[in-house]
Amino acid sequence: MDIAEHGAEAPEKQGIGEYLVRHLREYGLLFALIAIMAFFQIVTEGTLLKPVNVTNLLLQNSYIVIMALGMLIVIVSGNIDLSVGSVMGFVGALAAVMIVEWELSTAVTMVTCLVAGGLIGAAQGYWIAYWKIPSFIVTLAGMLVFRGASLWLLEGQSLGPFPREFQMLANGFVPDIFPSGVSQAVADLLGQKRVNVLALGTGLVAAGLIVWMELKARAQNKAYGMAGEPQAFFIARIGIVAIALIFILFKLSTFRGLPNVLITMGVLTIIYAFFTGRTVTGRRIYALGGNEKAAKLSGIKTERLTFLAFVNMGVLAGIAGMVFAARLNSATPKAGFALELDVIAAVFIGGASMSGGVGKIVGAVVGAFLMGVLNNGMSIMGIGIDYQQMIKGLVLLAAVIFDVYNKSKQG
Amino acid sequence: MTALLEMRGITKEFPGVKALDTVNLTVKDGEIHALVGENGAGKSTLMKVLSGVYPAGSYDGEIHYDGALAEFGDISDSEAKGVIIIHQELALVPLLSIAENLFLGNERARGGIINWRETNKRTEALLQKVGLKEPPSTLVDKLGVGKQQLVEIAKALSKEVRLLILDEPTAALSESDSQALLDLMLELKQQGVTQIIISHKLNEVRRVADSVTVIRDGSTVSTMDAKTQDITEDNIVRDMVGRDMAHRYPARERRAGEVLMEVKDWNVWHPLHTDRQVIEDVNMAVRAGEVVGIAGLMGAGRTELAMSIFGRSYGRNISGSVEVGGKPVDVSTVSKAIEAGLAYVTEDRKSLGLILEETIQRNITMANLEEVARGQVLNESAETRVAEEYRKALNIRTPGVFQKVMNLSGGNQQKVVLSKWLFAKPEVLILDEPTRGIDVGAKFEIYGIINDLSKQGKGVIMISSEMPELLGMCDRIYVMNEGAFVGELSAEDASQERIMSLIVTE
Repeated sequence: MDIAEHGAEAPEKQGIGEYLVRHLREYGLLFALIAIMAFFQIVTEGTLLKPVNVTNLLLQNSYIVIMALGMLIVIVSGNIDLSVGSVMGFVGALAAVMIVEWELSTAVTMVTCLVAGGLIGAAQGYWIAYWKIPSFIVTLAGMLVFRGASLWLLEGQSLGPFPREFQMLANGFVPDIFPSGVSQAVADLLGQKRVNVLALGTGLVAAGLIVWMELKARAQNKAYGMAGEPQAFFIARIGIVAIALIFILFKLSTFRGLPNVLITMGVLTIIYAFFTGRTVTGRRIYALGGNEKAAKLSGIKTERLTFLAFVNMGVLAGIAGMVFAARLNSATPKAGFALELDVIAAVFIGGASMSGGVGKIVGAVVGAFLMGVLNNGMSIMGIGIDYQQMIKGLVLLAAVIFDVYNKSKQG
Repeated sequence: MTALLEMRGITKEFPGVKALDTVNLTVKDGEIHALVGENGAGKSTLMKVLSGVYPAGSYDGEIHYDGALAEFGDISDSEAKGVIIIHQELALVPLLSIAENLFLGNERARGGIINWRETNKRTEALLQKVGLKEPPSTLVDKLGVGKQQLVEIAKALSKEVRLLILDEPTAALSESDSQALLDLMLELKQQGVTQIIISHKLNEVRRVADSVTVIRDGSTVSTMDAKTQDITEDNIVRDMVGRDMAHRYPARERRAGEVLMEVKDWNVWHPLHTDRQVIEDVNMAVRAGEVVGIAGLMGAGRTELAMSIFGRSYGRNISGSVEVGGKPVDVSTVSKAIEAGLAYVTEDRKSLGLILEETIQRNITMANLEEVARGQVLNESAETRVAEEYRKALNIRTPGVFQKVMNLSGGNQQKVVLSKWLFAKPEVLILDEPTRGIDVGAKFEIYGIINDLSKQGKGVIMISSEMPELLGMCDRIYVMNEGAFVGELSAEDASQERIMSLIVTE
């Protein structure tokens, strides 16, 4: 994926230094993630990147990433959703009640939960889009209502456990499709005890695809006479992304392979990155957030888009709710408490603008993982939750200050 | 007369750009001095240097004010010396009263407690001075732009002003409000207030200014004194653009074809005050290749008419019908209006026409994304091709179509808005103040674009507050007053006097 694809607006000939200054934000995010990972890798004496911890990291942050995708769209459209933590908890509770108490099948439950998430999003989006009630107010109300609703649904108790197939949503792994002989051969070759060839292969194929797509895009830009990023940057950036991807999947392959939720997360990320970057509707959401009145006067159905942004957010909160419940193997009334703040923080760290119209899916995902690595790294180090909160708060503030500073310098 | 202000050799550089290059400006005590120049020529930068927005030390050159070297560190420094600037974008708080606004930051108070009696008394005195008949407790929100401008001037007067700088004070004003403002300027001159006016409207400059300084590309081109020489608009224009502008309005072969669009019995009510009718029984037609003007004062309902036709973007209880090419069309939403072949180029390009944070390319394709997409999937190279095409056709001056629109000058921004609507492939374009706030050179280009549209057989409806522009461009002019059409003049019959008399006699 492309964090720095806005290379095109730079004038033809410029120094590498100047280029870096102009695009500090995009590279900064990537470098910050790498720097933080390197830091924790050293201070935790290698624990951070142990296969088991890498797997954990992905699982722990999956629901935040999933919701960040929807939140990015909501924020780009010029709104905010404070209710996602509560909605996520509510849908988890609904799943538990349906499966454990009413003994419904997993499939029926999952579909119902997605529909419920969408309906909740629609109920909130309706007031925001068609009645112009500020999203802050509507979703603040939603946050209280659905927190209360999950307490009511669960009668204040935790509810579980879930059947195996529901748990698989979060805790399952994709079985290796390659015969064990192949796996053994690859493992011997790499000097590992075992290697999940599917996971490793996925990493190689994904890295290859990214390199291929980037090269194609670069060639196309060149054909249109746009100045892309300097060659050295291009190679370094793509190299780092590809190597990191292969590295992570290699780590996974020496543990239990591809987590199901990584597939969910990856596919959703690709779909949403494509949707926001390359489709008519996606572009219109940016226009809506950039200048709602101008968008409306250009024939864009701004109300409907706002409404749909919240419906989509609700569905994603529903998915996240099920993943979260499946991971804990029970629904608790506290599930998702204050999680909306982590999701919103991820989107802003990822470079989205509070006033709407600016932000990228990949940024939000990297932002989520940046927060995730911070959480995880500090927990391994045994830093107390008190300090963790303070540090996370300061990181968010720093990221936004950095944005504003960058903008004022360019403006 | 001695000089109140002398700016000598002012040079101001921004990273990569020399905004001002050894500019000299001498303003005599008690005169009205006009500062003219194309957009981006450096007028506003010069005034920012003068008022301390760019503090002493951040520029080269010297400012002598009132006989002494002035080194203003910020705006409060210059205001303390009586230099007060009224910006184009008014700096009033809409939900505070006139009195509260006048003394904002300068409250009549003792120990932090406001003396309302004194505040109101002084406000009344100031309002009388500027000729504004409103109670001090009126919220600024409730005033029109013209009256708000007067409040700004009253605010300046409350601060013992010696040198008053007005940055395009009449840009948003109607003809009569502008006249009132110019009269007020002359009266303030009588009271000894020296004034600098920045304006694009050369007839106004001629009317009030004692001397004129022309700035082009960051340098002083000329200074003319009304006493010693005859200041003509042609002189000024020549100095502004660096060439003679024999024809301010490019010629066009006038031939109107079949009726393209017809609006019948159009009625609109105010969106909030539901008992107020904003548009009354308007009937209007545009032929293919015709440029039709709508003249009228500010508040006559011209913008409201246009926006109500364009997808009911204004008003409620709208009744009447619209026909395009002889067939009734549905214009109940903006997208339906676009589909019916209409386009509306707003008078307020920054808040209604553009996404300033976005690139030129994305602004141009915004109203017709389907054309650069297959199904839902955008084709970015097709999009770039389209943007490049319009950049060349409309001569948008920019390093590339990936520049953000906010970095462009007013004229180039207007061309982006026009490109957006041209790309939507309309049959009829409604242009609302298409040349507002843009410089002479860009205006000429916009007129050329309008002529091209007419040549292609499109219908153009042009709303403008500048009567010479309507007279120079239109085949036919509707005159509008208080929500209704009060007359219709052909190009041959129309004159400023006839238009005004139609408005006044109604």
